[in-house]
Amino acid sequence: MTTKMIEAKGLTRHFTVRKTTVEAVRGIDLTVGTGELVALLGPNGAGKSTTLRMLTTLIPPTSGTARVAGHDITTDPRGVRRRIGYVGQGNGAGHSQRGRDELINQGRCYGLSRTDARTRAADLITTLDLAGVADRVVSSLSGGQRRRLDIAMGLIHAPELLFLDEPSTGLDPQNRANLQDHIRKLRADHGTTVVLTTHYLDEADSMAERVIVVDNGRVIADDTPARLKADLAGDRVTLVCADPDAARRAAVRAREVAARAGGPAGRAALAGPAGAAVEQIGDTATVRVPDGPGLLPGLLRALADDGVDVVRADVARPTLDDVFLNLTGRSLREGGIAGTEQESNR
Amino acid sequence: MNGSLVTDTVTVFSRELRPVLRNPFSAIFGMVQPLVFLGLFAPLLPDAVGAGQGSALQWFVPGIVVMCCLFGTSMTGSNLLFEIQTGSHERMLVAPLRRPALLIGRALKEIVPVLVQALIIVAVTVPFGFELHPAGALLGLLILALFCVGLGALSYTLALASKNQEWLFWTVQQTLLFPLLLLAGMLLPVDSGPGWLATLSRFNPLTYVVDAERVLFAGEIASVTVLWGVLAAVAVAGLGLAVGTRAMRRAV
Repeated sequence: MTTKMIEAKGLTRHFTVRKTTVEAVRGIDLTVGTGELVALLGPNGAGKSTTLRMLTTLIPPTSGTARVAGHDITTDPRGVRRRIGYVGQGNGAGHSQRGRDELINQGRCYGLSRTDARTRAADLITTLDLAGVADRVVSSLSGGQRRRLDIAMGLIHAPELLFLDEPSTGLDPQNRANLQDHIRKLRADHGTTVVLTTHYLDEADSMAERVIVVDNGRVIADDTPARLKADLAGDRVTLVCADPDAARRAAVRAREVAARAGGPAGRAALAGPAGAAVEQIGDTATVRVPDGPGLLPGLLRALADDGVDVVRADVARPTLDDVFLNLTGRSLREGGIAGTEQESNR
Repeated sequence: MNGSLVTDTVTVFSRELRPVLRNPFSAIFGMVQPLVFLGLFAPLLPDAVGAGQGSALQWFVPGIVVMCCLFGTSMTGSNLLFEIQTGSHERMLVAPLRRPALLIGRALKEIVPVLVQALIIVAVTVPFGFELHPAGALLGLLILALFCVGLGALSYTLALASKNQEWLFWTVQQTLLFPLLLLAGMLLPVDSGPGWLATLSRFNPLTYVVDAERVLFAGEIASVTVLWGVLAAVAVAGLGLAVGTRAMRRAV
């Protein structure tokens, strides 16, 4: 077994829509090791799904190469298909079918014997809490039940590598939490490599050990959620002062203290496209620093010595949205709403 | 565990067939229209229509059997269209199934409801004076099975070509359905119509299938008409599978 589960070099994909060429993916290099749990995070239309569809052999790349689970996606797609599991954005189970029938059939698709497929289906029905609904017609299942059935279908042949395309979309918070538990358990029990796409910040943050931020068809950041936040966003320290003049003085002092505490690396990172690290609006001064809780006591002491009257102080930990905002100048939340979902249809 | 084309086809075939087996009445719903024609149209036919083959019913029943196949099978692509939209087709495409099996398995399944429907029609009409000639009818059903595999494959091809435009599928299907049906002389004999109509009907492969079914259901096997029917069915099956397999290989 190789230690590299995915090795992609220069993957691109163009679509031609009414004579105009859309560059959905513009050169993605990607290496995923065995056993990793990776989230591709980005707004709708960023190229996440298109990348996933290339890696799962659903569409050929316009250029570039990739080896997935030891097989080349272009020259040996069947070799790739045998080794991976895929849970798409839609429902894998046919709506006129029964869940258990589809699970067994899915097992047969992957070459399991009838007996093995039946046993495996029964196991997964138990594991994914589908016992009550497995023998009903799929169209009568709720969204959460269908999603769990989809996951079960992706796992029927115990793949080494599982791809999930927007697994939580359309689920309520409780079902989303359940799903995340199932995926974590899958990794803990079987060491399965998991690659998922998401535009939910909290999902990428809480689940993945590694977040690959994709925007405009390119990878713009790739690290653990904690490091991404520390390096690319930082904490936000907010000081509410007695009056605007006090806030102005607080901002000047905060810049000095932050510069002393943050060091050159911190300063460089914080001077991102989102603007200055220190800001003053009305009676409020805000400063972004890598370590807010560490800065605050010293800063408050310095301000007390200056005679600046601070009314309230607050430290907010960064989110991945702050990371995205710093990298692109756009908020992922806005992009997620305004963006189009066209790529999923291709 | 390398699945061959045959095992892959069996996997796809049995998946397609399962809802029919779980809910056999679904096959009967597809028959409503042909049965309406049988009940409300056949009695209007003058006995002269079936002059060569006994009664008018004897002439009409084989046509209705083919009509059943035409109605049900030409629509079957809509099932694939639906599965393309819901995502279950995508799931099959990611599975290590051979692409041709995805089409052949589906097309072969079409035989089952068509045969069941044919048997019901025969069973319903025998008490009203339809004479059954088993050997001929059996060969007739074989030809029909071949034809419906081809027609099913063509319907799936249309579905793959329509993909995200459901209206395209239905427009093409509906536009082709009735000319094919009328020009095959399924409801009324074409011979008694104007010359241009008779000429047009000679270009319709369905005409040869219907003519062969009539001869066979009348008990005549050794006939040139049967041979033409076999040829037409083989041609449609060959064309459908060739075009359909090509479309499925390119499917994303």
